[in-house]
Amino acid sequence: MVQRYVMSIDQGTTSTRCILFDARGRLVSVVQREHQQHFPRPGWVEHDAVEIWRNLSRIVPQALADAGATADQVVGLGIANQRETTVLWDRHTGNPVGRAIVWQDTRTDAMLEQLAREPGADRVRQLCGLPLATYFSAPRVRWLLERTPGLRERAERGDVLFGTIESWLIWNLTGGAEGGVHVTDVTNASRTMLMNLRTLNWDDELLEFFDVPRAMLPEIRSSTEVYGTTSRVVPGIRIAAALGDQQAALFGQTCFAPGEAKCTYGTGSFLLLNTGPTPVLSTHGMLTTVGFKIGDEPAVYALEGSIAVTGSLVQWFRDGLELIGSAPEIETLARTVEDNGGCYIVPAFSGLFAPHWHSEARGVIAGLTSYITKGHLARAVLEATGWQTREVVDAMNADSGLALSTLKVDGGMTADNLLMQFIADVLDVPVVRPMVAETVSLGAAYAAGLSVGYWPDLEGLRRNWHRAGQWLPAMDPARRDTEYGHWRQAVELTFGWMRPGPAAAAPGSDLVEVLLADHRRFEQLLRDLRNAEADRPALVAELAALLVAHATATERIVRPGSAGTPFADDLLAVLEADDFEKALLRLENVVDGHVRGEERGLLNDLRRTMSTSDRTGLGRAFVAERRRQLDLDCGSATHIRELGDRLTL
Amino acid sequence: MPGPIQSIERAAAILRLLARGSGRLGVGEIAESLELAKGTAHGILRTLQGVGFVEQDRDTGKYQLGAALLHLGTSYLDVNELRSRAINWADALAARSGEAVRIGAPLEGRVLVVHHVFRPDDSLQTLDVGTLLPLHATALGKVLLAYDTTLVASLRTGEPEAYTRRTLVTQTAIKRACGKVREAGWAAENGEMIAGEAGIAAPIRGHGGIVVGAIGVSGAVERICEPDGSPSPRLLGHVRDAARAVSRDLGASRW
Repeated sequence: MVQRYVMSIDQGTTSTRCILFDARGRLVSVVQREHQQHFPRPGWVEHDAVEIWRNLSRIVPQALADAGATADQVVGLGIANQRETTVLWDRHTGNPVGRAIVWQDTRTDAMLEQLAREPGADRVRQLCGLPLATYFSAPRVRWLLERTPGLRERAERGDVLFGTIESWLIWNLTGGAEGGVHVTDVTNASRTMLMNLRTLNWDDELLEFFDVPRAMLPEIRSSTEVYGTTSRVVPGIRIAAALGDQQAALFGQTCFAPGEAKCTYGTGSFLLLNTGPTPVLSTHGMLTTVGFKIGDEPAVYALEGSIAVTGSLVQWFRDGLELIGSAPEIETLARTVEDNGGCYIVPAFSGLFAPHWHSEARGVIAGLTSYITKGHLARAVLEATGWQTREVVDAMNADSGLALSTLKVDGGMTADNLLMQFIADVLDVPVVRPMVAETVSLGAAYAAGLSVGYWPDLEGLRRNWHRAGQWLPAMDPARRDTEYGHWRQAVELTFGWMRPGPAAAAPGSDLVEVLLADHRRFEQLLRDLRNAEADRPALVAELAALLVAHATATERIVRPGSAGTPFADDLLAVLEADDFEKALLRLENVVDGHVRGEERGLLNDLRRTMSTSDRTGLGRAFVAERRRQLDLDCGSATHIRELGDRLTL
Repeated sequence: MPGPIQSIERAAAILRLLARGSGRLGVGEIAESLELAKGTAHGILRTLQGVGFVEQDRDTGKYQLGAALLHLGTSYLDVNELRSRAINWADALAARSGEAVRIGAPLEGRVLVVHHVFRPDDSLQTLDVGTLLPLHATALGKVLLAYDTTLVASLRTGEPEAYTRRTLVTQTAIKRACGKVREAGWAAENGEMIAGEAGIAAPIRGHGGIVVGAIGVSGAVERICEPDGSPSPRLLGHVRDAARAVSRDLGASRW
């Protein structure tokens, strides 16, 4: 009998690989090629889309040759790709417009701050499930259209096409300028900020908001269906599936049921939790995204926590600091010491992603003393990945209302035993590695195999999943709490670094002034609200958001652990306007009490006991936290109800 | 007896030259000093660079002694690096064989378990990475012994412990077993450390064929061995394939 295979292409951030799998999901051959990273300016990250395509053209025939197979033995091809990376190209020549802008690129930061103030900005998250952040594709498309002369006209005529990497590869594989198919799958489309999460179609409101012409967009298709047949590189292979790489890993880890979660540890790390057929909007900084869509079946949604820098911190340790010769040696170096020696590294290289979403944050090494050696730094590098995972898991538990019971892990960093043990320790749940660590590739293969009937159903795929290794938590709970406290302290130091620029210590960033300014605004809003002629709904909305943001930031930054007067019920009564005057009066009393108490007590203490620079540092952290809360729509009735008695002034 | 090999003499001369003075020389300077054709000097330098004995400065293009030379006495391949490079093949071996997989490297006269993949039946198992196993009573250990005479010498300092009545405890028996391993290219254990447990292992080789570790499967005798006590040919084939695949990844060309 002729052996048949499924081919999988994983087009990742640093390399492209082609893997052939057999019927039991076992790896038969692997070929990989790295591509160059371009950093033309600080914060800019680019890839050459042509180089990626050339690499693909080399590895596909090689993978077939290594397995001694021919194209007709390949039942289907599945693609998993780095998500959000944006390619624009000319439909007639196939030439890209400049280099591809990579997901890590932060050039759209300033533009997004402007967009956030425009009308309609508050609708974006509801429509597409994503916050306004540099991470996603739509702002990049807008950026390119705005800055490249003549590009908008060409895009409107449909002469210039947009795609994420899978669109670019499928278009090229199916003929390129000669009849290439211009499609994307729903998981990739869900990362553009242009797709409506519920209808799974491009959304007119979002297209208008980002000013992106519809003519340049690919057709949105399900994750598993035959998009076309290759006519280039190795002709005659059906392209049967496409998924964003993290969704592919979710699929490869067989997280098919609601409540199942996986984390992939690579350059960055991505925790995805299957939430079933309805999208869950997050109030804790998680993203809502499409997990997968099998043919005509309803889409399955996921919550996602993205961590920007994990493996790339190890790479920086190797290439930037040159303290190790290869990435795995970090474990050897870390094992030369017993602990981190009090040192913490927060790798906010291009801001912090989930659950903080502070694009203005920049990294710190905290707790440096003359005692610290490179061994301690190596520990701190690995622990940064562990703590960042913990923050995401905490947020996800809060959003989903479920407590994670096991974490399925995959990716290159799972070869690091010290790190995997540390993750089990800080999460206090078992960490499990499946037999095939290449779950991104496997997921794409599973999807393609399912699409062409090579595998009959999800249950069949589940039977292929086996546990290859497991790490059980073994850390003393008291130590875990202390260490987590230190980590959070270090994280706060990163907030607000980029935003104020040279005016970092200018008036307005001192904590005392920040608090006073908030108090004056409360009083102004309350005064305006007494006026029955005023636009009360707008004023109430502003007051609610500001009060919740202020209260949350106060609780987290100014006086962690000590509560004030609960006011959620009063605020809800004002919001819902039943017996408005009375409710307003009660709220005024709470706010008044808070303002008077704090200005007589805490603020004087701060003036007396704290240095100006400390007050500025705290002030920055406070402003950043308050802003994050506002971005998360913290003044919504749902959120206030959820906080309940934890909301105090 | 063949005479001295010219290219090795020349390589040694280049290393001596680089060890002198400033320690950074261009290929032209080296060729002139040793009166070699530039192409010849370049070829030798590239080979030395490949094994890590010289390094080339990225900016100036000049050559200097490599870090690998300084660490000649210590381990040649970091064990975490070994795990990282072998992990995919070890998974594949466990999936194909249906048995637990371990990778071992020598450490202080014992076998350090560098990597462990569970038997793929989802039963309760515990990772034993970091455990030390005896050299003379395990298939992994016997592979390491067979290709490293200094390890054999380390056994001489103490009486090898008898774990079961099948454990090889005399120097002669161990030496004979090592000879067989070299001949066959693999090692087996059958109830030599724990009664009823068996294993099969094969060498992992790095650049130039040097043995850097061993990979193998282990489990209940009935599953690992034939009724006559010899290792199952099917499992043996899988183990040797995996060992060869890892070795190829590590740059061993002939195996």
